[in-house]
Amino acid sequence: MYDLKALYEASSVQNAVELRLEHPEAQIIAGGSDVLVQMREGKRAGKELISIYGLDELRGVSIDENDSIRIGSLTSFSHITRDPIIQKYINVLGQAVDMVGGPQIRNIGTIGGNTCNGVTSADSASTLHAWEAIVELTGSEGKRLLPIRDFYIKAGLVDIRPDEIQTAIIIPKASYENTYGHYIKYSMRNAMDIATLGCSVNVRLSPDKKTIERARIAYGVAGPVPMRAEKAEAAANGQPVSMETVETFARTVLDDINPRDSWRASKAFRQHIAVETAKRCMTESIILAGGEL
Amino acid sequence: MAQYKLIHCNINGKDVEKMVDVRASLTDMLRNDYHLTSVKKGCEVGECGACNVLIDGECFNSCIYLAVWAEGKHIRTLEGLLGPDGELSDIQQAFMEETAVQCGFCTPGFIMTAVEILESGKEYTREELRKLLSGHLCRCTGYENILNAVEKTMKKRLGKV
Amino acid sequence: MNKDNYSVQAEYLVGRSEVRVDAFDKVTGRTKYYEDRMPGDALYVRIKHSTIAHGFVKNIDTSCAEKIPGVVKVLTCFDVPDMPFPTAGHPWSMDPSHQDVKDRHLLNRHVRYYGDDVAVVIAENEVAANQGVRALKVEYEELPFVLDVQEAMKDGAPQLHDNYPNNILKHTSIQKGNYAEAIKEPGLIKVEGWYETPTVQHCHIENHGCFAYEENGRLTVVSSTQIPHIIRRVVGQALGRPWSDIRIVKPYIGGGFGNKQDALYEPLCAWCCTQVGGRCVRIDCAREETFVSNRVRHAIRFHIVTWLHGDGTLAARKVECFSNQGAYASHGHSIVAKAMGSFPQIYPCDNFEGDAYTVFTNRPAAGAMRGYGMPQASFADDSNIDECARALGMDPMDYRDKVIMPKGFVDGFSKNENYYDSFRMCLEKGAEAIDYRRKVAEYAKDTGPVRRGIGLAAFWYNTAVYPISLETSSNRMQLNLDGSVTMQCGETEIGQGADTAYAQMTAEVIGLRSYRDVHVVSCQDTDITPTGLGAYASRQTYVAGFSIRQTGDLLRKKILEYACEVTRQPIQNMDIVNGNIVRVPDGRVLMSLSELAMTAQYNPVHSEHITAESTYTIRNNAYSFGCTFAEVEVDIPLCKVKLVDMINVHDCGRLINPALAEAQVHGGMSMAIGFGLSEQMLFDPKTGRPLNNNLLDYKLSTFMDHPDLRAEFIQNPEPTSPFGTKALGEPPACSGAPAIRNAIYNATGVAINTIPITPHVLFAEFSRAGLIKDEWTKEEK
Repeated sequence: MYDLKALYEASSVQNAVELRLEHPEAQIIAGGSDVLVQMREGKRAGKELISIYGLDELRGVSIDENDSIRIGSLTSFSHITRDPIIQKYINVLGQAVDMVGGPQIRNIGTIGGNTCNGVTSADSASTLHAWEAIVELTGSEGKRLLPIRDFYIKAGLVDIRPDEIQTAIIIPKASYENTYGHYIKYSMRNAMDIATLGCSVNVRLSPDKKTIERARIAYGVAGPVPMRAEKAEAAANGQPVSMETVETFARTVLDDINPRDSWRASKAFRQHIAVETAKRCMTESIILAGGEL
Repeated sequence: MAQYKLIHCNINGKDVEKMVDVRASLTDMLRNDYHLTSVKKGCEVGECGACNVLIDGECFNSCIYLAVWAEGKHIRTLEGLLGPDGELSDIQQAFMEETAVQCGFCTPGFIMTAVEILESGKEYTREELRKLLSGHLCRCTGYENILNAVEKTMKKRLGKV
Repeated sequence: MNKDNYSVQAEYLVGRSEVRVDAFDKVTGRTKYYEDRMPGDALYVRIKHSTIAHGFVKNIDTSCAEKIPGVVKVLTCFDVPDMPFPTAGHPWSMDPSHQDVKDRHLLNRHVRYYGDDVAVVIAENEVAANQGVRALKVEYEELPFVLDVQEAMKDGAPQLHDNYPNNILKHTSIQKGNYAEAIKEPGLIKVEGWYETPTVQHCHIENHGCFAYEENGRLTVVSSTQIPHIIRRVVGQALGRPWSDIRIVKPYIGGGFGNKQDALYEPLCAWCCTQVGGRCVRIDCAREETFVSNRVRHAIRFHIVTWLHGDGTLAARKVECFSNQGAYASHGHSIVAKAMGSFPQIYPCDNFEGDAYTVFTNRPAAGAMRGYGMPQASFADDSNIDECARALGMDPMDYRDKVIMPKGFVDGFSKNENYYDSFRMCLEKGAEAIDYRRKVAEYAKDTGPVRRGIGLAAFWYNTAVYPISLETSSNRMQLNLDGSVTMQCGETEIGQGADTAYAQMTAEVIGLRSYRDVHVVSCQDTDITPTGLGAYASRQTYVAGFSIRQTGDLLRKKILEYACEVTRQPIQNMDIVNGNIVRVPDGRVLMSLSELAMTAQYNPVHSEHITAESTYTIRNNAYSFGCTFAEVEVDIPLCKVKLVDMINVHDCGRLINPALAEAQVHGGMSMAIGFGLSEQMLFDPKTGRPLNNNLLDYKLSTFMDHPDLRAEFIQNPEPTSPFGTKALGEPPACSGAPAIRNAIYNATGVAINTIPITPHVLFAEFSRAGLIKDEWTKEEK
């Protein structure tokens, strides 16, 4: 039995917006795998909840009129992984969210919840950063689109206004076209774990597969929020497909990232793993893109 | 003041409705209101899998699922697997025969995940099965015989034994 | 008695892989655990735990909590009786000097670890109870605290208990030969190391919980425990009531592994019940509480100095063991004493010096956990032995063959004997199963970033607790009207399959058709069940075997006596075979057991309900043996170990039920995998606060962290046991961690002396060994 003060169930996106305005103190709950756990811990005990879990309109993956991939915010991880559009255009996202917790968590956990809680270790977040996803927020004034990097303000805090809920994650065509990526979740066990470090890399190669046209890399747990490693990207962009490029790229990430010492892992260890995973993700991405190393 | 809501759903094939405290988890509702005590509590934060049930064909940890979300859903618990004359399903039989049961506390949750796997009608490798079953913790069995029971039943259903 | 007939049946009923007697209920979810038997009106008790590691409670402001609707009562450490009690699940001893340490109160003013119990809120519902606990305001006088075992021994360290200077609960020594003289011999090779094992928790999937109510002035506690009869005594002690005033009921439990071999919250629950007029109250541990406020395994630090002759034989050995007891005595020194005692037995050495210390620290109390000191000792000993082999340039298996306990070895204290050269048989079987020789040669060629390795370790284990403590087993059997037999004993089913083994043994002794003709009363109720000590050590199948044989013989005798009355045949000419009374000379079936039972019960002249009951005092013990082989693949740059294969080989005597035995081994291996690679409770050095007391942050190995597990057996019948059986409950958990450690050693040449061998540990060790480039981190400096 949860110690919640009141529960408001939204009947539509519009209704959710209204409920948010009516109950400014209330917490939004999507799948609940974070919110309910925190409530039980006592952190959010006695609070009101606005449940948007019933909003089926926010479920599903589609391609919109601009050829962008649109993922409804309540789409569960397991549905993302199984979705044919995801598998065809951005399979790495499906693979990344297939490493969240275990099967039951992947059935309840939503991509919206995973990004809105603002945690750096979220398995979807590094890949969404690396693919320059756009966050769609709906409020009383209508829709607002925000690049995902701007969505994250600081650890545990994202840019959602008091009348808004997140309604979709969008991947533009320019981001996913001819692009291949790989994600490594580094964790202490092989299931039911949070990432010690998450590394997501993707590349677009030149038509002859000899040159890296565009390399993108993002990390979870390399800083307080998920982050891109831009110096590393610059070190790879336009460079020939070679092990040398991969090595240089991987080492350069240390100029970008800023992991911290915590009881979960030391900074030195996270740095070491960041380089090693960058190398392996880049190698795998190049191979997926048809390059030879 | 306590807040209640009338929740209609289908549990183990039967349409039911009850006034439910909105603070209740689905585990609370199934155990306390419907006396389905196969639904176990091992951690109450979605880590152990002992409270796992099928909702509209997918597995969920009922401890971190609000009871009110059950509205209109089809829920299956281990109690629902037994046939009308008390006959066991093949997966229950396999858990018995493969000695996949020890203390029995994780067993109901595991079997319900196995049901989802088996009902997919797909064939999986042992490694894939490990991943599909990885949302459950067990301290007694080392998972070995559980894996054997699920694999064996899968193969039987696919006519590969 | 016709022995030939008996032996034919013996083979048939014992030694078969029968389906568990409780399997049907467990696969249908019908099995009732304590919470499934909860009365609907039970009040919720929630415990307020201290948020400091050491100090005194000065004041608890209960006013806010008491105002919360639904809160019935708040009780604090200032309300409890000053009646210290022990908690360890040991048999009572009539010798006061051998009794367990009484250092517990129901709630504590002097708090000794972060999470200690200081108050309770009793409420009509869960939410009110939780709110009440959050609303309590506790004022403390803080004291310095100490977490490290050797720091706690230093002069001037914070003291946890009066009467234990330097926090030393107990110190014992072993002296054999003359260590100091022996090491003077020229040319000896010295192999020295410090070995560290972690604080881990049992993590049975069902948390401990219990409920208590009064009935006719007596107290009943229904509890998730392994040891109902011992709990009855402890609750009596804690409440100052006659022991027989207490009734403990033990339903099915969701695992125990030693945590529930201790009085956990039964005394507090019983006392709370008395404080609300005997109404039913419940205490349900949350997982977070199970980690911190139940029991944990002793973290033990070992210092080993081994002196070798040039041929590898052990010239002299010194072992120091520092056992971290945590805040309260619980099982105390028994664990490390057992650990130390293992060294001179498994690798005998003429000149041995050992010291073991059990030391209080401001950590959760350590108690019994599967293996009881042996997983720790095995890790230290078999790591050191592997280093000896390397120092000599010998293969680790060949080296063990040279120094391991020989056939005929007898331990002077327990009188245990290695009758069959079991170690060598186990090692050979394991080596063959994993293809040891070929793999050692092949993996030696690995020099890249990913390397494979293979390792092994061995252990011995005592089956029961004789002669240290009492070993007794009582049993009651009754012949039912359908010819089946109902059997009751105090040895408990905790998931391991004990009831099934008892059914098979009982059926065999009496001469029934099948183990299904025995109804084992699984639920112990101390008002009804014959007194027994419960599930601990690895004793139950062994000790219950004695009383089952004795009581079964008594029942047989009564049955045959009655049969003599009915059939006029001499007792000496009759036997019970397949549930029938048989005349032995011609093999004729005279009557079925059912006919006999009906006749006896409803005989108008001589009615008899045929029952038998007896107690057996066991004055024997038995060595159980085994080993583990582990194969790993080490990804050096990623600092990751993949366990590829693992095999345990056991000589636990004759198997009562091979399928259950195999399953038991899998579970122990799994526990060893976590012990070796991932599990560890962490504490904040600044506050003593536990950091990872939940199943996300505490890395219990998951389905995906396991390879296929293999169990092999050598069945040398144990001569002291009526069924030829001996320990298997704990042994599978003993040698896995050092085998994995030695496999990593074999793969990389890096000797890692701390478990769990997590990526963090590998990163540090591989950096030190120069196996991974540290240039990136250097740039930082």
